[in-house]
Amino acid sequence: MLLKIRNILISLVLLAVTYQAHAEDGHQTATENKSFNLKEMLFSHVLDAYEWHVFTMPDGKHISIPLLVIVKSSEKGWFIFSSSRLAHGHAYEGFSISHNEKYRGKVVETTANGEEIRPLDLSFTKNAAAILLSCILLVVIFLRLASGYRKAPLKSRRGFAGVLEMLIMSIYDDVIKPCAGPNYRKFSPYLLTAFFFVFLNNLFGLIPVFPGAANVTGNLSVTMVLALLTFILTNVYGNREYWKEVFWPDVPVWLKVPLPIMPFVEILGLFTKPFALMVRLFANMLSGHFIVLVFMGLIFIFAELFGQAVAGGVSIVSVAFSGFILLLDVLISFIQAYVFTMLSAVFIGLGQVEHHPEKAH
Amino acid sequence: MELFTPEVGLICWMLVPFLIVFFVLGKFAWPVIIKGVSERANFIDQSIQSAKDANEQLASIKALGETMLTEARNEQLRILNDANQARNQLLDEAKKQAKQEAEKILSAAQLTIQKEKEDISRQVRSEIAVISIGIAEKIIRNRLDASEQEELVNRLVEEANASGKN
Repeated sequence: MLLKIRNILISLVLLAVTYQAHAEDGHQTATENKSFNLKEMLFSHVLDAYEWHVFTMPDGKHISIPLLVIVKSSEKGWFIFSSSRLAHGHAYEGFSISHNEKYRGKVVETTANGEEIRPLDLSFTKNAAAILLSCILLVVIFLRLASGYRKAPLKSRRGFAGVLEMLIMSIYDDVIKPCAGPNYRKFSPYLLTAFFFVFLNNLFGLIPVFPGAANVTGNLSVTMVLALLTFILTNVYGNREYWKEVFWPDVPVWLKVPLPIMPFVEILGLFTKPFALMVRLFANMLSGHFIVLVFMGLIFIFAELFGQAVAGGVSIVSVAFSGFILLLDVLISFIQAYVFTMLSAVFIGLGQVEHHPEKAH
Repeated sequence: MELFTPEVGLICWMLVPFLIVFFVLGKFAWPVIIKGVSERANFIDQSIQSAKDANEQLASIKALGETMLTEARNEQLRILNDANQARNQLLDEAKKQAKQEAEKILSAAQLTIQKEKEDISRQVRSEIAVISIGIAEKIIRNRLDASEQEELVNRLVEEANASGKN
């Protein structure tokens, strides 16, 4: 136990020294060009990008995987090219990555009169690549598991397959079955896929190096698609009782007739539910990333303000805290995926509400 | 603000792969896995039930065997008792028969002995008569006529016989 604690302390100190060295670099460049910009650092980590940054060489050179830029200019039509052509502020066919406040970090087209406009941008970005990667992983993992069940259905699963089975069955039995109404079987494929998609991407987002580090579930576009799918399933499969409760809810008549107050609230509720679903997953995952990054950023801020000695001390605390937060984020990854699935199941289940003849008042 | 503006491109890149994954897994993975797990659960339940049944059967068979054993033991005891009784009875009967036979033999022997005794006594008497006649003849030959005397002696012997019989 003591040995373990000592080892942890030693590694923390080593890490701190490394960060401090890094901070010195930062300090030097700061004095040369500009001071450390926490905001920029944060956003460059959590936002989407046109290339997938792998690591930075000791000499400051960035190693990145270039991805596809797919844009449609309203004048010149479709363009598909590697994002490496836009690296370091280069322009290609009139396209470049904007540095202006309006479209910062996005591909823009510069028109003849020097104006920046956004083309239709369907680029295969870092998040898109991360999504594709996780989708391939999901398909491979679960098709393999399923083929195992096809071959030997009565064999007990151990190891990874056992964990997967435990997760699948706990979601299926404890979330989908009680929440998604009597037709839960029909919705379980979507809910299970959503759970594992969110869970896998949450976990991948925590890995600080290349195949991870993409902030997929902390991206509003992604959570919007998921929430939209839940919204569609809820309302497309919603039964008569559900729509009756929306337009003619079980409340005193004066709340419905001259002014449709309750129907208005209910219709608003149709949209607030998926909106909440979208925002809460996004905000939770984003905040997890932010906290870790802010702890890291503190080292550089302290280095700038008080010099290396203080930064060294701070870095120990920072590394320890961000390690702790990362561990907490592992827990949060599961909880958020679970909550997303549960809320989706509950919303879908509300659309499957059964007619309750006469409630005892 | 970029953080809060959804991107059309990413929405497409999210929607299409996710839907593909959803359809593929929804068709080929989830139903198979859930069916497999529930099948296994049923199998386990059945196995436990049949094991329970088998145990119960075994217990009942064991009980049956025990009752059969005790019955057999009782039967054995009963048979042994019976045999003992039969033997004793036989023995008793044999003893009784032997006793009767012995008595019979004894009485027959007594009868014979009685008869013999009578025969012997009669013989002895006639012997004695002959001898005494001889003696008397010798004594009174000289004085008496033999025929007169023999008549007298025979009459005396008859008398003696009659009295001896009485």
